[in-house]
Amino acid sequence: MATKQIIHGIYSDEVPLLDACAKLRASGIRIKDVFTPFPVHGIDPVVGVPRTRIAICAFIYGITGLSLATLMMWYMMVHDWPNDIGGKPNWNYYSAIPAFIPITFESTVFCAAHGMSLTYLLRCWLVPGAKAKNPDPRTTDDKFMIYLELNEEQSKKADEILRSTGAEEVNYKGTITIEPKY
Amino acid sequence: MHAESQIRVPLILGNKTYRNITDDIIAPIEGKANRLWYILFTISVLGFLWGIGCLSYTIGVGIGAWGSNNGVDWAWDITNFVWWIGIGHAGTLISAVLLLFRQKWRMAINRSAEAMTIFAVLCAAIFVTLHTGRPWLDYMLFPLPNQFGSLWPNFNSPLLWDVFAVSTYATVSIVFWYIGLIPDFAMIRDRVVKPRMKKAYSILSFGWGGSVRHWSRFEEVSLVLAGLSTPLVFSVHSIVSFDFATSVVPGWHTTIFPPYFVSGAVFSGFAMVLTLMIIVRKVYKLEAYLTIKHIEYMNIVIIVTGSIVGVAYLTELFVAWYSGVEWEQYAFLNRATGPMAWAYWIMMTCNVISPQLFWFKKLRTSIAFTFVLSIVVNIGMWFERFVIIVPTLCRTYLPSTWNSYTPSFIDVGIFVGTIGMFFTLFLLYSRTFPVIAQAELKSILKASGEEHKKLAADHAHH
Repeated sequence: MATKQIIHGIYSDEVPLLDACAKLRASGIRIKDVFTPFPVHGIDPVVGVPRTRIAICAFIYGITGLSLATLMMWYMMVHDWPNDIGGKPNWNYYSAIPAFIPITFESTVFCAAHGMSLTYLLRCWLVPGAKAKNPDPRTTDDKFMIYLELNEEQSKKADEILRSTGAEEVNYKGTITIEPKY
Repeated sequence: MHAESQIRVPLILGNKTYRNITDDIIAPIEGKANRLWYILFTISVLGFLWGIGCLSYTIGVGIGAWGSNNGVDWAWDITNFVWWIGIGHAGTLISAVLLLFRQKWRMAINRSAEAMTIFAVLCAAIFVTLHTGRPWLDYMLFPLPNQFGSLWPNFNSPLLWDVFAVSTYATVSIVFWYIGLIPDFAMIRDRVVKPRMKKAYSILSFGWGGSVRHWSRFEEVSLVLAGLSTPLVFSVHSIVSFDFATSVVPGWHTTIFPPYFVSGAVFSGFAMVLTLMIIVRKVYKLEAYLTIKHIEYMNIVIIVTGSIVGVAYLTELFVAWYSGVEWEQYAFLNRATGPMAWAYWIMMTCNVISPQLFWFKKLRTSIAFTFVLSIVVNIGMWFERFVIIVPTLCRTYLPSTWNSYTPSFIDVGIFVGTIGMFFTLFLLYSRTFPVIAQAELKSILKASGEEHKKLAADHAHH
């Protein structure tokens, strides 16, 4: 069983924040999270956030949409009830394919966009009624926060780094107990 | 941090801080509405109610209440549908295409332009659902299993493509808009003090916190959605133009229609964004964010798209003559010199001549002139759709079906109703939603803020 100290390092600018993140990581301290009012460019590698794979999801959803639309139009127009409309017969799929392209495209976009958005919302657990995830409400306005959970020895080192890089506040927000995993 | 060239004009004027941006964006939400807002809102709601009356009457007695007749079976309804859908296109163009081109000036206008898109698509939807005649059977447009076989909708028809295109466009636009809104709702949630407002914005913000991982995904999602929306927006108006272009009606059956419709849509949409944003910046005192430079940029888009539209009109005339097809030639001759020539010349003046005035820098940086011209452009674009649809159908192949067209009181009423609905929704939106994407704006403050640019210039000199 390990007890960890929760530390909020508050900054009012993104430049010292990035500096602090780099120094914390260099001294072997794991940054639990960073809260910022806007997307700070170039922060991901500094904090150690791996690149998101959500675009790959979008591609897979898109392929799914394309397949579903093809299957649907093949079933309805070719298999179930083929019609000759305006001299444009539907006896097989490939000969009527130009007419099917617009809806195939729309369905691809529909599934890719909605699938990816849903994945994003669920992965970040952004749902109606979810509790606000920022520990300090000022971080959606003009403050930037480094959120740390550290043991006693690391806390001292982190405190030093945070203060030396120009943190406006270093707040100790109690401790949490982490059960070891077996 | 991203440094911007000193040659570029600052996008945020004055000495603003992150806190100032928060305060300026939240002011209309926390503050009370002024008298002008109530006057505009009352007028809009009255127009909307009149529209609901005319709409109910149409549902009650059928579309015989309209001016459409045997020959002219598409008229006012489809004109308005295409006009509203076209207006919507600027929102997606600003938020998606300009994002892909990394145009930072979009950040001040994208939120309201996307709101405009959604409201315009809702207005367009009213006309297409009504024009089927029996709107309670509109579910038959979708491929649902049914008791007639099943008998499926015709996937070879551009009208069905339109159903899919417009519904995809509407839903994807709403999702794109909302995902951008979440961080801004969170900002409002953390700022407001009234418990009821706090509760409401807390639900709307979905628990957003601004964690670095969430921002990373947010940016990826925005980029991919922009990449998906860009071909989508081009496809929607192309498919709307297929409704005409795949028919065998002279004057409609032309391959130029898709690019011509898309550029016309962007043209009218940007004009509507200008109309709205010039009012918004004044009423909510957002002059520091919606600068003259923003207005100039939008006016430049208007010159470009307006010129494409002008070239398309002339190309149509040339191709009609060059094709040697008498029916085709007559269709255009009839538009320009026939009984509805007045509509054609209003269209030509408003869409081809008037935007060319923006070549003068003095005019394209004048707010009053831009406001007037933005309305002129939308009048012109309404007449473009009217000219394509009505005079063409008044003179089709058989002279025995030749006819004239006058809109009925009900037709006009529904149109006025949609304008009322559009402004009612926009006015409500502007008092409850963050009208500028403030999180994005904060991210360019240091690169494009006036004071920060000055500091950077001073720094470079020493």
